[in-house]
Amino acid sequence: MKKTLFDKVWDAHVVDTIENGPQILYIDKHLIHEVTSPQAFSELENRNIPIFRPKQIVATADHNTPTQNQHLPVSDELSRHQLQKLGKNCKKNNITLYELGHKYNGIVHVMAPELGVTQPGMTMVCGDSHTSTHGAFGTIAFGIGTSQVAQVFASQCLLLTKPKSLRVIVNGTLNKGVLPKDVILYIISKLGTNSGTGYFCEYAGDVFENMTMEGRMTVCNMSIEMGARGGMIAPDETTFEYIKGREFAPKGKDFENKVAYWKTLPTDNGATFDKEYVFDAKDIEPMITYGTNPGMGIKISENIPNSENESDKKSLAYMNFTEGESLIGKPINYVFIGSCTNSRIEDFRVAANYIKGKQKAKNVTAWLVPGSRQVEAQIIEEGLKDIFKAAGFELRQPGCSACLAMNDDKIPQGEYCVSTSNRNFEGRQGQGSRTILASPLVAAATAVEGTIIDISKQLV
Amino acid sequence: MEKFSTLISTTIPLNISNVDTDQIIPARFLKATDKKGFGDNLFRDWRYDKQDNLISDFALNNQKYTGSILVAGDNFGCGSSREHAAWALAGFGFKVIISSFFADIFKGNALNNVLLPIQVSEDILQQLFQVVEKNANIQFEINLEAQTLSVLGTDIKTTFDIDPYKKTCLINGYDDIDYLLSKKDKIEAFELQKTQSL
Repeated sequence: MKKTLFDKVWDAHVVDTIENGPQILYIDKHLIHEVTSPQAFSELENRNIPIFRPKQIVATADHNTPTQNQHLPVSDELSRHQLQKLGKNCKKNNITLYELGHKYNGIVHVMAPELGVTQPGMTMVCGDSHTSTHGAFGTIAFGIGTSQVAQVFASQCLLLTKPKSLRVIVNGTLNKGVLPKDVILYIISKLGTNSGTGYFCEYAGDVFENMTMEGRMTVCNMSIEMGARGGMIAPDETTFEYIKGREFAPKGKDFENKVAYWKTLPTDNGATFDKEYVFDAKDIEPMITYGTNPGMGIKISENIPNSENESDKKSLAYMNFTEGESLIGKPINYVFIGSCTNSRIEDFRVAANYIKGKQKAKNVTAWLVPGSRQVEAQIIEEGLKDIFKAAGFELRQPGCSACLAMNDDKIPQGEYCVSTSNRNFEGRQGQGSRTILASPLVAAATAVEGTIIDISKQLV
Repeated sequence: MEKFSTLISTTIPLNISNVDTDQIIPARFLKATDKKGFGDNLFRDWRYDKQDNLISDFALNNQKYTGSILVAGDNFGCGSSREHAAWALAGFGFKVIISSFFADIFKGNALNNVLLPIQVSEDILQQLFQVVEKNANIQFEINLEAQTLSVLGTDIKTTFDIDPYKKTCLINGYDDIDYLLSKKDKIEAFELQKTQSL
């Protein structure tokens, strides 16, 4: 039988099947962080159940960490307590933790791939919906709730019903100024926020084949924003080249054997999908969102469409936008470049390349937050920090930061923020904040201009 | 785990689509390390204004609506995987959520907290909103064994789907950890075979 990439990885991890029920799926790697793990540790402790495979767990502190003065004790008491709890739980259970200040610390979906923890053909989970990011490597990776974190702690397995299959194909050559973020925002704007619910998505076609691993991670990261539990891209030479030599990547003969296996994973010719969508790269332009879910996106040159229902109207009222309005020329006071979607070295190169020789607009507060300590080090090494500094930008320390505003990086009430993150939900970046999702290029241009500009015109 | 079999209750209607988990429980309340107290901050920014005054026209603050069933718009629970959303709904007192569509991760989280997500057709959902709007005291009856939802005193009655395994868990109060631990031998055998095949 012809199999998809997803089928191959899934089937290789099924321990058992319950009649008329779910399957027991084995999980190779379990990533944890401070926010969604403490209750799972308590659950096991209360039931006197040991952690089954502590060596297959990797922990980091990211969601609730400050992005300034990380060498000082965390000032917020609840945050500090939550971080200490993670430290205690990991120590007690012999789990590797890259805590605040560690050279490998960073956002879970940035640090794990860059350390070579993420590899093709694996199953990976984390108590975070953007775990879909790791699918960029041909990995089955998805977000889970805390009860499931406890299940994996106890058994290294989950009870799951196999999702349906979906393929999104984008062929052709991308227009100038169109980044992976624009590709995924375009796809979600066409398919809506729940078209992928119950499905696992594979992205295929030249556009993804020609993308770097960083770009593929940006795309897979936002699979959950169309409801898909995960997104995958077939592993290829780009993937193998990225993994080679990384800290926890297989080495020597072992690496060669793994590559031979990874090469068997791509979807067989003739394998079928439950649902398939095809798009043309030339139709994609730089994108921007205007509403309060990631599906409410338009080309930056387009006007806001008419509302179809009460929810759309509520959304526009929250954003203080009107139907038919263009966003070009909108004054913007906040810009955030960061999050597990766009905080990798390539994202900062794009921003620095645009910013070089220009100045940050006076009205703009810009937060540039690298995804990990390693990305931060690379930004400094490549001289990007100097470019940002000369243009009036400050580079912060790594973490999830203003993507979900659990720490102090909050956008004030009523303010707009052009953000490279993944969610524009009401209040996501702080109570009453208004988020406009965009690529790092559009975000950099907004920070320089102080208003939204039609970047596609500038690049012609 | 608690058990669930039947429930008769009035309902609270929340006729909004795409209710995401950031609305159900905003991120700034995720700093707690236990499961308690999240109900107080359920829909925090829709229930209270910036000065912590109740926003009176929000359904949960409208005194005519009571009960442990939430009737919600399409695509309920999208966004973040935070189980805190299920803890907040359960903590507030909800035992059942009815919608025409649930986001994946939320649905699983709800079931793991004995908060029953019932998916009905868009047509039925609109009928439910209408009857509740006409009569806030109208009662719904849920029977998990029979997989039925009825509106008492009307002819509205529908069946709903649920994974048979999950149904058994809810009725008997089992959780997935109990089941997985009973399969330890199989899991270890799988690991052994996996190491040998590499």
